[in-house]
Amino acid sequence: MADTRDIEVTVNGKSHTANVETRTSLGDFLRHGLGLTGTHMGCEHGVCGACTVMVDGEAVRSCLMLAVQANGQEVTTVEGLADEDGTLHPLQEAFWKHHGLQCGFCTPGMLTSLAAFLRDNPDPSEREVREAISGNICRCTGYQGIVDAALDAAKTMQGS
Amino acid sequence: MVVRYLGAEVQRMEDPRLLTGHGRYVDDITMAGMLEAAFLRAPLAHAKIRSIDTSRAEALEGVHRVFTHADFGEKYSHRMNQLYPAPVIEQNKTQYPLAKDEVCFVGETVAVVVADSRAIAEDALALIDVDYEALPAVVDIRTALEDGAPLAHADATSNLMGKMRSKFGDIEDAFGKADHVFSAGFMQHRGGCHSMETRGVIAKDDPWGDGLTLWTSAQSPYLIRRALATWLGESEERIRVVAPDVGGGFGPKAGFYPEEIAICLVARLMETPVKWIEDRREHFVSTTTQRDQYWDLEVACTSEGKILGLRGNITHENGAYIPYGILLPNSSLTPLPGAYSIAAIDVGVDIVFTNTIANSPVRGAGRPCGIYAVERMIQLVSRKLGIDPAEVRRRNYVRPDQMPYETGATLRGGAKCVYDSGDYEALLEKALELSDYNSFKERQATARAEGRYLGIGVSSCIEDTGMGPYEGTTVRVESSGKVAVRTGAASQGQGHHTMIAMLVAENLGVSPEDIMFESADTSKFPHGVGTIGSRVAANVGPSAFDAAKKVREKALKLAAEVLEASEADLDIEDGVVRVNGAPDLSITLGELAIQLSPASALRVPAGFDPLLEATSYDGSSGSPIACGSNVAEVEVDPGTGEVKVLRYSVAHDCGVMINPMIVHGQIVGGVVHGIGNALFERMIYDDQGQPLTMNYGEYLLPLASEMPRVDVTHMETPSPLNSLGVKGAGEGGTIPAAAAIVAAIENALEEFSVEIDYYPVDPQYLTELIDKGAAQAAE
Repeated sequence: MADTRDIEVTVNGKSHTANVETRTSLGDFLRHGLGLTGTHMGCEHGVCGACTVMVDGEAVRSCLMLAVQANGQEVTTVEGLADEDGTLHPLQEAFWKHHGLQCGFCTPGMLTSLAAFLRDNPDPSEREVREAISGNICRCTGYQGIVDAALDAAKTMQGS
Repeated sequence: MVVRYLGAEVQRMEDPRLLTGHGRYVDDITMAGMLEAAFLRAPLAHAKIRSIDTSRAEALEGVHRVFTHADFGEKYSHRMNQLYPAPVIEQNKTQYPLAKDEVCFVGETVAVVVADSRAIAEDALALIDVDYEALPAVVDIRTALEDGAPLAHADATSNLMGKMRSKFGDIEDAFGKADHVFSAGFMQHRGGCHSMETRGVIAKDDPWGDGLTLWTSAQSPYLIRRALATWLGESEERIRVVAPDVGGGFGPKAGFYPEEIAICLVARLMETPVKWIEDRREHFVSTTTQRDQYWDLEVACTSEGKILGLRGNITHENGAYIPYGILLPNSSLTPLPGAYSIAAIDVGVDIVFTNTIANSPVRGAGRPCGIYAVERMIQLVSRKLGIDPAEVRRRNYVRPDQMPYETGATLRGGAKCVYDSGDYEALLEKALELSDYNSFKERQATARAEGRYLGIGVSSCIEDTGMGPYEGTTVRVESSGKVAVRTGAASQGQGHHTMIAMLVAENLGVSPEDIMFESADTSKFPHGVGTIGSRVAANVGPSAFDAAKKVREKALKLAAEVLEASEADLDIEDGVVRVNGAPDLSITLGELAIQLSPASALRVPAGFDPLLEATSYDGSSGSPIACGSNVAEVEVDPGTGEVKVLRYSVAHDCGVMINPMIVHGQIVGGVVHGIGNALFERMIYDDQGQPLTMNYGEYLLPLASEMPRVDVTHMETPSPLNSLGVKGAGEGGTIPAAAAIVAAIENALEEFSVEIDYYPVDPQYLTELIDKGAAQAAE
């Protein structure tokens, strides 16, 4: 029999209770358990960063964390970045403006990684942004649009 | 005032969805009753299958069924069909959806488990017992054609898949009259696609309803539909293939895979929808890659560096099977002579089977290899004759006054390779200016005084883009005034929705936001070809533009009747047809559409066909040839062999740019892929055919922290081959990159006389070359 646990997790401000298998990753739980398919599984060995979400505000690879470990914690996924009225997060606006995405598959992880990074580093240099996303692989853009977007969003967020 | 979209940096229509986590990739799709599958894959590179016992796996709770080749039954027992038959193929080796009695590479599909969840299906894989008899494997293409080499297939006559040759001009004369003949041998290795979304399929069969539907992460849904129909012996009309949002493709998703048959069969036989999502470990062994080519070339030139001829041979790794005809070796040959006027060429290719995953095009296909080869020979001439590499290029470029320039090579469809337009020397000058090439020697000297080794490398390329036959677009105004636009071409992130919406909006006088765009669903548009070879802008683009133009003409003709005005006095703006000078006289496109789709008993106005709609297949009359010159500036640490790319400058010409922002993104992304090829990406197999680089700690992809800022400038030489003057832009960043990087490394290490004969240039290899050079200098 599958080994399961009851957990209670707050995702994007909404509380969920669920009975999950102990071996289920947080990423699989978000995607298949809660239907939040914005979080993408790219490599499932913790290198590509596509599955990054914020757990209690920290950027975390949801393929390397088990759903049971999120018990009692607050998770923010890409679906939770924009305001409730649909106003995009400054990073989302900046990615759009600077062509920071092509296929869009790495984008959720880029956004969540950068959201956590900019909160702690509101005025980063280009080098610092590049280091911050060095754990997020993008095969399409060559990173330039992403870096430009992050720097632009940082300015916007400082101004607001 | 008419709003102009063509040439504007319109923000992408795709993005709000993708930025908020509302994309719809294959794994995001779910349906009632859907089960999940996992494949058992061969653990040996070459083996006979003596027996398979699935009983323990089938007994596991949550497992519904396990299938082997035998379980599919006689009706489904044949090998996959060849997608691109060619006379060159001497031994046509294609695989079974599930291996029958022999496996020929690690990763070949052997069995498939269908279970309640993927996790249970994977648990069951471990419970399948396969009795293999190991056979000798062939891995190294340099020895694979020798007598006594192990055969990649037990029933093969040799490991030679076939031979090709590109031969034109008087090669004997060229070498006979040359002042110099120089030779070089080098290996080129290109890795896999490594799209961030792996492959994945869902199949659902409803024989009494919609027929067979396949959702697949693919570049060529129509090719898959035809291949499935052919393999099953069924009508294309009863098969629907959909490519939803696709998270990158880069070539290997353009083919047809055994899993796409196997999951259809499983869904059919079990009468329930089944999903299979490739995991990343599977991606390394089951998604086709590009890998090794060994080149041996001789160049004939004058003392002034004018190249007269090029000859030699390529040994090309094919892998175990031929899923993709000869597209890859062929596209390695056709770019010769690159951007240069070289009168005589004679280069052959031996295409060699190995017991590894089949090879297929990756971004650029063989073009990066062909261009690298030519650029290496230019570099060799420059070094041997002591002429600046930029100057050797100037002396050899095809000149604008030679356009259209017939190279002598033949494209895959049989057409002659003709360079349609471009000014290669002017493009080089732009790249040199952008890179501050003329002041590089000062930078190099300053750095050298500080103990740092800087180098600069130049590379030029041409790229045949926009291959035929066509793509098509239907534009239809609906009663709401919104515009439905449909095409067959699948997008993997290239921004097709935006590009096509811009072209339609431009002609139709609507806003791009009013366009409802659908693509890559075989039930929505009759036929499409595929998103390969930088062909979409030059094929779909003109068709969308033309279809919109026809709808505009129809709308204006009808509006002229309704408004009792002359067509010449009408204009369409924001979806409303107005009479110039009489602003109160107007009719919306939606109202016109209703007139052409009236309710029962009413009539369509005389002289008009039903629907405010048009379809066009207008495309390119040949392959528009894009071109580029790149300059890389690197710093090499001779102690560690680390290469840092400090600057990277691109001058590119893809004709008229529909959306320069999207073109810029394609170029920068392409360059970074090319830098990855030059420095990092290597898929390694041991001598038994076991893959050794199976994760992103072992197989290195370019990261933001290692990549330079790429500076890009453009020329826009319109192609005469299509109505928009566009050329493809998807691969022009990748094609010249490795040659620029490698030349820059050699330049940085000139005092060690380093000659690179291999890429990716990893630190271990580079330090060995440096040590060798230092030792020789000391002697």
